[in-house]
Amino acid sequence: MKKNKLINWKPDRSRFPEMGADGKLNVDLDSQKYIKVWQGPNHPGVTGNMSLELTIGGDEVVEAKTHVGYLHRGFEKLFERRKYIQCFPTCIRMCVPEADSNEYCLATGTEELGGIEIPDMAKWLRMLALEMARLQALLRIVPGQGGTMGLGIGVQWGLYVRELILDRFEELTGGRIYHMYILPGGVRGLLPDGFAARMEDNLKKADQFVKDIQDLMYNNAVFKKRTKDVGYIDPSWVDKFGIVGPVARAAGVKRDVRLDYPYLHYDKLEFDYNIETGSDIYARSMVRLKDLKTTIDLIRQILAKMPEKGDIKALTPNVLHWEIPRGETYVKSESSRGEYGFYMVADGSEFPRRINLRGPSYTHAIPLLEKLLINANISDVSSIMVSLGTCPPEIER
Amino acid sequence: MKEIIENIKIRFKVSDVILQRQNITFMTTGKESAIPLITWLRDYEGFSHFVLFSTVDWNEDGFFQLTYLLNNPVKKVDLGIRTFILRKNAEMTSAHHLWEQVATYQREIKEMFGINFPGSPRVGESFLLEGWDDIPPMRREFDTKEYSEKTFFPRPGRESNDPATYMKSKLYPNEEK
Repeated sequence: MKKNKLINWKPDRSRFPEMGADGKLNVDLDSQKYIKVWQGPNHPGVTGNMSLELTIGGDEVVEAKTHVGYLHRGFEKLFERRKYIQCFPTCIRMCVPEADSNEYCLATGTEELGGIEIPDMAKWLRMLALEMARLQALLRIVPGQGGTMGLGIGVQWGLYVRELILDRFEELTGGRIYHMYILPGGVRGLLPDGFAARMEDNLKKADQFVKDIQDLMYNNAVFKKRTKDVGYIDPSWVDKFGIVGPVARAAGVKRDVRLDYPYLHYDKLEFDYNIETGSDIYARSMVRLKDLKTTIDLIRQILAKMPEKGDIKALTPNVLHWEIPRGETYVKSESSRGEYGFYMVADGSEFPRRINLRGPSYTHAIPLLEKLLINANISDVSSIMVSLGTCPPEIER
Repeated sequence: MKEIIENIKIRFKVSDVILQRQNITFMTTGKESAIPLITWLRDYEGFSHFVLFSTVDWNEDGFFQLTYLLNNPVKKVDLGIRTFILRKNAEMTSAHHLWEQVATYQREIKEMFGINFPGSPRVGESFLLEGWDDIPPMRREFDTKEYSEKTFFPRPGRESNDPATYMKSKLYPNEEK
């Protein structure tokens, strides 16, 4: 019986560079076997500005290097020269698509170091703001995965529903993207009259979007073909590379800060880990779709369970002359991309000694992405990048 | 967490143990024992998730504080291991062999604080600041305001106006007051 040539086909590796004794690839660009291609810093959809320096042999990537710095504004340095309250307008810019995680971590860390307990109502409202932020972020990134392979219509549908959620944010906080709603001691305001009913209308639209995007993207043959078995992450890499959030859950590893280390009132809500086992782009997209459904449900649960009235702000010292006692802490939350935390050190003065952000992209977009792209087809590079949920501002801070 | 801390105390010299919250503890150890300690925590105590590697500049005391933040995903606890190194000729043993992302942290810290990690892959490559020739910018003595004024502000053709005076000159040029 003849062997099936297709099944036994092996790529011609003769073009590929050999590894030198120092562990680096011997890439001779003058041989014309390889070319350098720069992807970015213009971003391919929903990632933010960063560059990938790709060495290509044929249409396969033989080496990849991530270059960041295009969005560097020196946030962590600026924090050292600002009073705690002055850090808030700066910190939210560290992750534009989901600014509220920054507010939450900075406020909670400041409260912990300053010894402040926030009222119960403020915890519910913080949780609502965080889930709304997750919802609007997922409404970008879920269809954005299709956008990387030319499926643009889903992005437009997602952005329409996202705009409705931003309307609710505007109503609640006065801002659409940057809210500064969560401040040390509590939050800035109660829900406006009729907010829950208007939110429910928007959530129904989000429910419809979930159904539509399943038909459009997840059941699409081209999408499946280009995402299944592409960008595979071995589950053993989760700890090796510090993988968190949906990327870890798509590899079958249960990681969710809301469930593992319940903060605010997450222990009063009913939800579970969203798990897949494929660990490829499709599995990661599927986890995010499940996260989207969970978030819609959580917002409904929060609005149903939260009290109607209550104090929203604890008494705090004059924030302009607030000296935080010497100490350090690490505060984390679950963003739409995974564990998002602030390491904070106070030296007893009015200014923070050090605030260091730990964002998921730091590990996902540099060591992990550089590893995953080797042997990938050049046309899959942007899909793999988006599937990891990269957000460069949180790398370069 | 108490049991883990007791196990650490048997094997390593640690001080300033602070239980910050129920599931996070910080402790200090010497420069020489920091890497053996985090290796032992990874291999024997289940701290398999490396969360963060951070530096704090205590310039008035002449020290850098290095903090390795580890997480045990099974017991669901975090542990921050601090160590202090001299600011002068700052150098620390590399931990890149333990977790893949550590090399990236060390590369960034080398650029931002000027701390060297001999043997760490690509540690000499620029992380953000291509062509930077000033002191490492995250050191406390680096003055951002002075740098920006020196570098950007007095550009030819760039003027600064007092808003009130400028508006008056544009809107009411003939008005006395």
